[in-house]
Amino acid sequence: MGNVQIRLSMFPINLNQLRFTPNGRAVLTGVDLELGGEGISVILGPNGSGKSVLIRMLAGLEMPDAGSIHWQGSNAPEGQIAIVFQHPMLLRSTVTANVALGLRPLGLSRCETVKRVNEVLGRVGLTHRAKDSARFLSGGERQRLALARAWAVRPRLLLLDEPTAALDPTATEAVEQIVREIRTDGAKIVMSTHNLGQALRISDDIIFIEAGRVREHTPSARFFSRPHSNEARLFMQGELPWRISFGD
Amino acid sequence: MANFFRRLILIVCSMLLMAGAQAEDSFVLASTTSTEQSGLFSYLLPLFTAKTGIQVKVVALGTGQALDTGRRGDADVLLVHDRVAEDKFIADGWGVERRNVMYNDFVVVGPKADPAKIKSAKDAVEVFKKLSTALFVSRGDKSGTHAAELRFWKEAAIDPKLNTSYKEAGSGMGPTLNMAAAMGAYTLTDRGTWLAFKNRQDLEILYAGDRRLFNAYGVMLVNPAKYPHIKKELGMRFIDWLTAAEGQAAIAGYKINGEQLFFPDAH
Amino acid sequence: MLNTILDAFALLAHLDSGVLAIVLLSLKVSLSAVLLGALLGLPLGAWVAVADFRGKAVFTVLLSGMMGMPTVVLGVIVYLLLSRSGPLGELGLLFTPSAMILAQTLLVAPLIAALTKQVVEDVWRDYATELRAFRYTPWQSMLTLLYDCRYSLIVAVLAGLGRAISEVGAVMIIGGNINGFTRVMSTAIALETAKGDLPLSIALGLVLISMVLGLNALAYGLRQWAMYKFG
Ligand SMILES: Nc1ncnc2c1ncn2[C@@H]1O[C@H](COP(=O)(O)OP(=O)(O)OP(=O)(O)O)[C@@H](O)[C@H]1O
Ligand SMILES: [Mg+2]
Repeated sequence: MGNVQIRLSMFPINLNQLRFTPNGRAVLTGVDLELGGEGISVILGPNGSGKSVLIRMLAGLEMPDAGSIHWQGSNAPEGQIAIVFQHPMLLRSTVTANVALGLRPLGLSRCETVKRVNEVLGRVGLTHRAKDSARFLSGGERQRLALARAWAVRPRLLLLDEPTAALDPTATEAVEQIVREIRTDGAKIVMSTHNLGQALRISDDIIFIEAGRVREHTPSARFFSRPHSNEARLFMQGELPWRISFGD
Repeated sequence: MANFFRRLILIVCSMLLMAGAQAEDSFVLASTTSTEQSGLFSYLLPLFTAKTGIQVKVVALGTGQALDTGRRGDADVLLVHDRVAEDKFIADGWGVERRNVMYNDFVVVGPKADPAKIKSAKDAVEVFKKLSTALFVSRGDKSGTHAAELRFWKEAAIDPKLNTSYKEAGSGMGPTLNMAAAMGAYTLTDRGTWLAFKNRQDLEILYAGDRRLFNAYGVMLVNPAKYPHIKKELGMRFIDWLTAAEGQAAIAGYKINGEQLFFPDAH
Repeated sequence: MLNTILDAFALLAHLDSGVLAIVLLSLKVSLSAVLLGALLGLPLGAWVAVADFRGKAVFTVLLSGMMGMPTVVLGVIVYLLLSRSGPLGELGLLFTPSAMILAQTLLVAPLIAALTKQVVEDVWRDYATELRAFRYTPWQSMLTLLYDCRYSLIVAVLAGLGRAISEVGAVMIIGGNINGFTRVMSTAIALETAKGDLPLSIALGLVLISMVLGLNALAYGLRQWAMYKFG
C-alpha cells in the first residue's frame, strides 16, 4: 500500500516545549516528545491530564500557544493523518456513505472510492451491514465503522482517543485486532486509553502524561515492570484493579 | 450528484422560460378597481379579443395609481375616471389621444334605517351636508371615487376631517363597501361596483340621480414619444374599437340583474 | 357564517377551468420561486452556519430580519426595479409571471437560508471536529451537512412554499393580478373578498389551505420514513 519513500518522510515527529493554555489555564505545560514512525504508542494518564488535547494537536485540530510540532520533511502532512474519537460522528446515511466520508477531500475517482470502501468494510467485518443506516449500529460496530473510515484514508499516522472506552470486552478485542492490522499495514498509531490491560496488550511504548507534561516515554515492557517516574507508579497503583486496596 | 444539479438547473431554466413566454399580441391596460370589480372587463374584453386577437391585460388600481403606472411607462393604455387629473396627465405630455368612453353614476349607500335622513334630500349638496356628522367610510386611497367624494364635500362646504365618525379605509371600493356594511356606515360608491357587490348586509342605495354624481371615464394612450416600447398600434386599435359604434354598443349591453351599469359617452 | 362556508363547499364541487388555471399558475409561480429560493437559500444558510467571516453576527441578524420583511415592501422594491423607468425596465418583466417568480424568490430565499442556518448549525456543532480532522473545506462541509440534514431541511423549504403561495402583497404589485395571466390564488382571494364575494374567496382559500396541508403531510410522511430508515 502506497509509496514507502513518501510514507516515511513525516517521522520522526518532534514536539518541543508544547504549551496549551486556553484563557490562562495550564492544560499542556511544556510537552517534549519524539514519535517514531513505527508501532503503537499508548498515552496513559489520569482524567484531565491533557491526553485528548495532545491528540487533537497532533491532528491539527488545536493550535499550541507556544512550542512547536516538527514534522520531518513537510509541515502539514495533508491526508496522511486520521483520527477516531470515543464517540464517532455518524452521518444519517448508510454505512457505506459514512466510510466514504473520509475519502471525499482526497478527490479520488468514484471507482477508487468504492474499491477502498468495500475493502475496509471487509477488513472490519461490516460488509453485511454496508447498506444499513449507520445510526442503527451497535457501539462496537460504530467504532469498527469509524476505524474503517480512518483506515480507508490510508493514513501514515492514526490517532485514537479512547476508542474502546464504552465497549464490552468482545468489542474491545475486535477493535484491538483491527488496530493491530492497521499498524501492520504501515501506520504509526497513537492511542489514549484508561484500560491498562489494553495498554499492556497492544502498546509498543507508553507515553505517560500527568498535569500537562510527559512524565515518561518508555517501551511498554519496561513501563509495566518498572516505571521510572514516581507519578506513573502512583497512577498504576491507583488504577490497576488487581492492586486496588480497600484499606482493611 | 453533479448530474442531479445539471438536471435541476435545466428544469429551472425551462420553468422560467415557460413563465416568460407570453402572447405576442397583448398590451397592458391600467384601469380602476371599480371598473374591474364591476365585471365590465370580463364582459367587454373577450368581445374585443374575439374580433382582433389582441389580449388585453388589465391591471386594476386606483385612478391615481393607474396614472402613475402610465407615467412610469408600465402600462400602454389607461382607462380612468378623474377628468381633472386626466387633463393634467395629457397636458404634462404623459398621455395622448384622450377620449370620452362612458359614464356611470355614483350612489350613496347606507344602512336601511337612514339615520341621517338623506333619502329626502333634494340634491347631492344637501346629502353631503346631512352626512357631516354621520358614520361615513371614505375610500381614502386617492382613487377617482375618492377624488369625487372630496369634491362633493367641498361643494357642500363640509370639512369631513372635523367629523369624528369619518373613517378612511385606504383601500379599493370593495373593501370599503365591506367595511361600511360591517359598521352600518354610509359610503359613496359607483353603481357598477355596487351592483356586482354581494356582501351588502344592511346596506342599500339611499341617494342617486343628481347629475353631479355622474362619473365620466376617459381612455388614453401613454405617450409613445416618452416610452418607445409602448404598444401604440395595439393600444390604438383598442381605443378606436372602444369609442366606435361596436365598443359603445357593447358597453351599453353590459347589465347586471337587468340593470345597465355604464352609459356610452363617446359621441 | 355557516351558509357562507356551505356555499364555499358547493362552489368547490364544480370548480371551473378559470379557477383551475389560477391554481395551476399559483403552483407554477410559487414552486419555481421555492426551487430557486432553495437553490440560493440552502447553500447560503449552510455557508453562514459553517464559515467564519467578519460580520457573521450582523449578517445572521439581517437574514432573520428578512424573514419578517413585509411582502408589500418587497413588492414595491421589485416593482421599482422592474418598472420601465427603473434600472431593469429594459427587460419588460413587470406584470409577468417571471417577475412574480423573481419577487417570491427574493421573499423566500432569506427565509429558507435563515431556517437552514439554524438546522445546519446544530448539526455542525456535532460534526465540526471530525470534518475538520478529515480536512474538509468549508464548501465540502456545507454540502455534507446539507445532505445530512436533507429531511429536516424539507421543513425549511416548505415554510418557504407556505410563505410564497399565500402571500398577496408582492404578487399583487408585481403581477398586477391580471385575469388569466398573472392572477394567482392569493390575489384572486383578495379580489373576490374586495368584491364581497365571500363564498368564492373562502372556496379559493380552502383550495389553498388544503394544498399547503397536503404538502406538509407529504413532508411529514417523508420525515417519518427517513427517521425510520436512517435513525
Ligand atoms: N479548548 C479548551 N479550553 C479550555 N480548557 C480546555 C480546552 N481543551 C481542554 N481543556 C481542559 O484541559 C484539560 C485536559 O483535557 P483533556 O481532554 O486533554 O484531558 P484527558 O487527559 O483527555 O482526560 P480524560 O481522561 O478525561 O479524557 C481539561 O481540564 C480540560 O477541561
Ligand atoms: Mg480525553
